[in-house]
Amino acid sequence: MYIVVLVLLLPTAASVYYFGYNALLTIAITVGTAVLTEFLCRKIRRKPFTMDGSAVITGLLLALTLPPLIPPWMAALGAFFAIAVVKELFGGLGHNIFNPALAGRAFLQVSFPIPMATWVAPTGFSLDAVTSASPLSEALPQSVGDWYFYRDLLLGNTSGSIGETMALAIIAGGLLLIALRIIDWRTPFSYIVTVAVLCLVLGQDVIFHLLSGGLMLGAFFMATDYVTAPLTRRGRVIFGLGAGILTVLIRLYGGMPEGVCFSILIMNALTPLIDRYAGHKPYGYKKGAKSEA
Amino acid sequence: MKAGSKTFHYGVRLPDCKITADSPIETAPLPSRVIISLHQNLGAPCQPLVKPGDRVLAGQKIGDTDDSISAPVHASVSGQVTDIITLADASGRRHKQALVIDSDGKDEWVQLNPANPDELSIQDTLRRVREAGVVGMGGAAFPSHIKLTLTGDTQIDTLILNGCECEPYITADHRIMLEHGEKVLSGLQIIRRLVCPDEVYIAIEDNKRDAIAHLSQLAASLNGGGINIVPMSTRYPTGAREILIKTLLGREVPINQRARSIGVLVHNVSTAMAVHQAVVEGKPFIERVVTVSGAVAQPKNLLVRLGTTLDDLLELCGGSCNDNIQLISGGPMTGSAQPDAGLPVTKATSCVLVKEIEAAEEMDCIRCGSCIDVCPKRLEPVTLAKYARAGRYQDCLRYYIDACLRCGCCSYVCPSHIPLLHYIKTAQADLGGKVYGDSARS
Repeated sequence: MYIVVLVLLLPTAASVYYFGYNALLTIAITVGTAVLTEFLCRKIRRKPFTMDGSAVITGLLLALTLPPLIPPWMAALGAFFAIAVVKELFGGLGHNIFNPALAGRAFLQVSFPIPMATWVAPTGFSLDAVTSASPLSEALPQSVGDWYFYRDLLLGNTSGSIGETMALAIIAGGLLLIALRIIDWRTPFSYIVTVAVLCLVLGQDVIFHLLSGGLMLGAFFMATDYVTAPLTRRGRVIFGLGAGILTVLIRLYGGMPEGVCFSILIMNALTPLIDRYAGHKPYGYKKGAKSEA
Repeated sequence: MKAGSKTFHYGVRLPDCKITADSPIETAPLPSRVIISLHQNLGAPCQPLVKPGDRVLAGQKIGDTDDSISAPVHASVSGQVTDIITLADASGRRHKQALVIDSDGKDEWVQLNPANPDELSIQDTLRRVREAGVVGMGGAAFPSHIKLTLTGDTQIDTLILNGCECEPYITADHRIMLEHGEKVLSGLQIIRRLVCPDEVYIAIEDNKRDAIAHLSQLAASLNGGGINIVPMSTRYPTGAREILIKTLLGREVPINQRARSIGVLVHNVSTAMAVHQAVVEGKPFIERVVTVSGAVAQPKNLLVRLGTTLDDLLELCGGSCNDNIQLISGGPMTGSAQPDAGLPVTKATSCVLVKEIEAAEEMDCIRCGSCIDVCPKRLEPVTLAKYARAGRYQDCLRYYIDACLRCGCCSYVCPSHIPLLHYIKTAQADLGGKVYGDSARS
């Protein structure tokens, strides 16, 4: 799991570059709280505690989805919720239904809607911040084919959550994880292609939708979480498909500018159903063949 | 010979560990005592034909039964029967009777009557195979004469000789192909006459280039020809019969059916040699090549008499390298740990592996799906193991637990060290003997 932490350092480095001290503080708080919370929960449950890296990843991923100016106590609360409620209360590693980082973020968004929607332009290491609307929350659609805008989206020179802005870092990290065979390529591929096709069909700016918001982070790092995603190859494709459809629907017709977080959480809830029905036919399967005792 | 090796996408690439690949077969000295189990094959056990006090000759039939699925057992040394004992197998569930024979050191044999296979009828050929007690030597130990008998309107269009030996450490088949290639091909020709296939293949993993070259050369100079030697990509479990059929021919054996239902017959190369010995030399199956490997001082390929105890074998190889070991009969993937070094070599023993005990703590399943990704039969090991542990056997059947080859790929890749294969095997055993009809190796 620490390989994933290493790979996550790519978007983390980008976040620190763009958002300076704020990013560093948020990351430190969420990771620290996550690990501490897991330690406490395991002790209370009288289970062994190992630094297997999963709490670090949850903390890191949560941080990357948070706005730069989030108050530290709020970030800590989110991390606590993610580990204690979403993960440990369900049984710990391997037993949680929902992606802890995303569920933590959803909890914060629903509980503290204003701070969670306060975006700033990239600040670097200065102590000043200028509020600005994130690309997705702009009321007017961006101009299609504006390559300078796309470059900004790709390289992170826009406002947004601290980890989501530099799409390039995330894509690079995601491809690295696929190359290292740590994550299955099917989920991100299916997710991204679904969003692209749906946007095309609905007359939206495909590149804009792919590169803005949390899609890349969600597709490569959240939807691919083993525990909360389907077991089978076919199931993972379905997961990506469903998440893609939901993301586009929420973004375009729903009440929120960003749909990734909730669409993945909804698909997490559907995962047991997908597992039940999306199995592969075994070797030698013939219709009507049944096993005999 | 086809260019390039045939491969398949599931399974795992294991370290070869073929440390005895270049060791010629050594004939082991005569053991002082042998324990001949009366149940060395799939099917019914034999009834003893001799009793303690009787004198026997090497090759003399000492156990047989009228049951249709059976093969006789023979004394592997000359001497005196001293005892009938009960052996427990590795699982502790099955008990087998065995005859103990003390060797007189003279190695006197029964009269062997060789024959010319071209002059024998099919019935006579099969009878000689049965009388010699030949069973599948790839691990299944199914009576060969039954396998070679075509019933009803079964047609075999393809015969495959399995020289893959895909499991690490084991090199018995490899050395037999190199040193007794002519007998292997002679056995192949006999089998050919019995089942009349349209196509004949010998499948060999490409980590045995020397065997591929040697058999290709022999096959080319054979009358009639028509034998395709196919290199297979070295990947586990290529040598499992159903996986071999899929990889080589692109056909899948339907669930719950035998390979012959799609016109294919797969036979192990050592069994082919045993068929030659039975039919041409008239020699009963009383010795076989066993690879002794792993943490032993001198790993070897030994030609041993059946019934030699495992500790005799270990002594011949200089003993084990340390004390914290387990003795495995078979390979590291499908073999079983033996509870007792006094147990004998049987017809199905291809390897004795001395392995250091590595305990790994079982952790929670993280649903990574690796086991599903590697399963060569496209099953869901994690789900099967989950239901097996809960005792929900109907659910196990729903997920086709009886199709599991017990290859062990799932346990091998599990990052949480869950003994998936163990749970599946336990459920299969509880579900009854029917699921033991198939085996991981041909």
